[in-house]
Amino acid sequence: MIYEGKRKIWSDYQKEIPDDHYFYVRSCIRQSFFPASERTFLDIVKNKLQKDFFETEHHTTCGGIAYHSDAIPQETVMTIIARQFALMHKYGYENYVCSCITSFGLYTETLETWREFPELEAKIKQILWDTCKLEFSKPAYLAHASDIIYKYRNLIAARAKYKLIDKTTGRPLRVVEHIGCHYSKMFPSKGVGGAEYPYVLTGMIEAWGGEVIDYPERRHCCGFGFRQYLVRSNRGYSLSNTHKKFESMEPYKPDMIITNCPGCPYFLDRWQYVISEMEGKTYGENGHGIPVFTYEEVAGLVMGYDPWDLGLQTHQVGVEPLLDKIGIPYDPETKYKGPGNKDLGQPERPSCLK
Amino acid sequence: MADFGYSLTPSSRIDLNKADRETFGKLVKLEPDVLKCMACGSCTASCTAGVYTRTSIRSAILYLQNGREKEALEFIKGCMLCGKCTIVCPRAINTRQLVLSICKIYNLK
Ligand code: SF4
Ligand code: SF4
Repeated sequence: MIYEGKRKIWSDYQKEIPDDHYFYVRSCIRQSFFPASERTFLDIVKNKLQKDFFETEHHTTCGGIAYHSDAIPQETVMTIIARQFALMHKYGYENYVCSCITSFGLYTETLETWREFPELEAKIKQILWDTCKLEFSKPAYLAHASDIIYKYRNLIAARAKYKLIDKTTGRPLRVVEHIGCHYSKMFPSKGVGGAEYPYVLTGMIEAWGGEVIDYPERRHCCGFGFRQYLVRSNRGYSLSNTHKKFESMEPYKPDMIITNCPGCPYFLDRWQYVISEMEGKTYGENGHGIPVFTYEEVAGLVMGYDPWDLGLQTHQVGVEPLLDKIGIPYDPETKYKGPGNKDLGQPERPSCLK
Repeated sequence: MADFGYSLTPSSRIDLNKADRETFGKLVKLEPDVLKCMACGSCTASCTAGVYTRTSIRSAILYLQNGREKEALEFIKGCMLCGKCTIVCPRAINTRQLVLSICKIYNLK
């Protein structure tokens, strides 16, 4: 093996991620599905790691769901994005980081389209001026929030209270990492490790003590697919995708799944319930499912956040067996208590999934 | 079981660990050229039987390689052994002979 040559090839798959000073935008889907993930992200980077991350309440959705569902045209989405860039510019930032993979894909697509068709960028500039009286400048750097946690993975590991290790046996936990398709499958050079070897989550798992599982359908889509899911009669496509992944990963006995997309954790989590109700099949140990997490939730867990403050009670698949395995304490009594001890109500029990 | 208004399509995933590779190995021993197929489909396009039946050497080879012999045999059942496909194969595979060998190894009368 020619080591230098290998190193050069691998360097093409790397992404230089600036260390500090970001304009942060939230995700509309993640706000509803995993409400605590973004709060945890901001708490880690701003308060624990003392980095400069700015967010404003004036930003909006990127319009990605509507765009990918063919409800709005590309120019509309580009104008929404131009407005976000204008806000970044207004507050004096150059590095833009978004919480959502759909947004990340869309921002990348927009910037690449403008690069190829400058007349379209000029048109959007005019539309933004006509509608909002705003001017924008493009970000110097575009990151996804998982790039940031990847960048800080060793800083997080240095502050970790727990490791991704089975406390009784000392065995590293077997972790499935699932990368959102829009992270690097569309524009491979924009993601850490490209489309073939995405390393963004693997890097976190390795830094935090876990072991990555390489299973046949590892790079298969979760099946969200926007239109597949949004039209009820098409949901079978979405479900079948997830089912295929689970059938493929099952023999490797994963302890947990980490994802970096809004749709993937939702579907990998919720479809386990649907599959169990339809087929009577579960994929975890003793009738449990395989718990699915966002990368911020896992970062929060290893740093010792309270699991219920991370919003883990909103997951379909119970996380308790995994918490027990790692040795993370939790109070079952406060699982469904919100801020100020407010009762959140309890979900109905599934008939099959424990 | 619960009805959600949509259903699950069984996985089309091929697990070669579970497939019978032994019989395919016997075929390869007898007809090593089978590994040369590049799935161009010329054989299928030139096949007279293929116009009226599902005959397709290309598909048969692909299915055999993936351990799905039941489906594979369906693709050669209609073969008339005319040999047209042998003339067109760019990899010079004796496909007519291959059909006979498949029948022998997989016990197809
Ligand atoms: S030998 Fe069989 S497969 Fe080939 S062209 Fe003739 S009928 Fe078709
Ligand atoms: S013509 Fe030859 S190479 Fe092409 S698919 Fe048929 S057997 Fe394979």
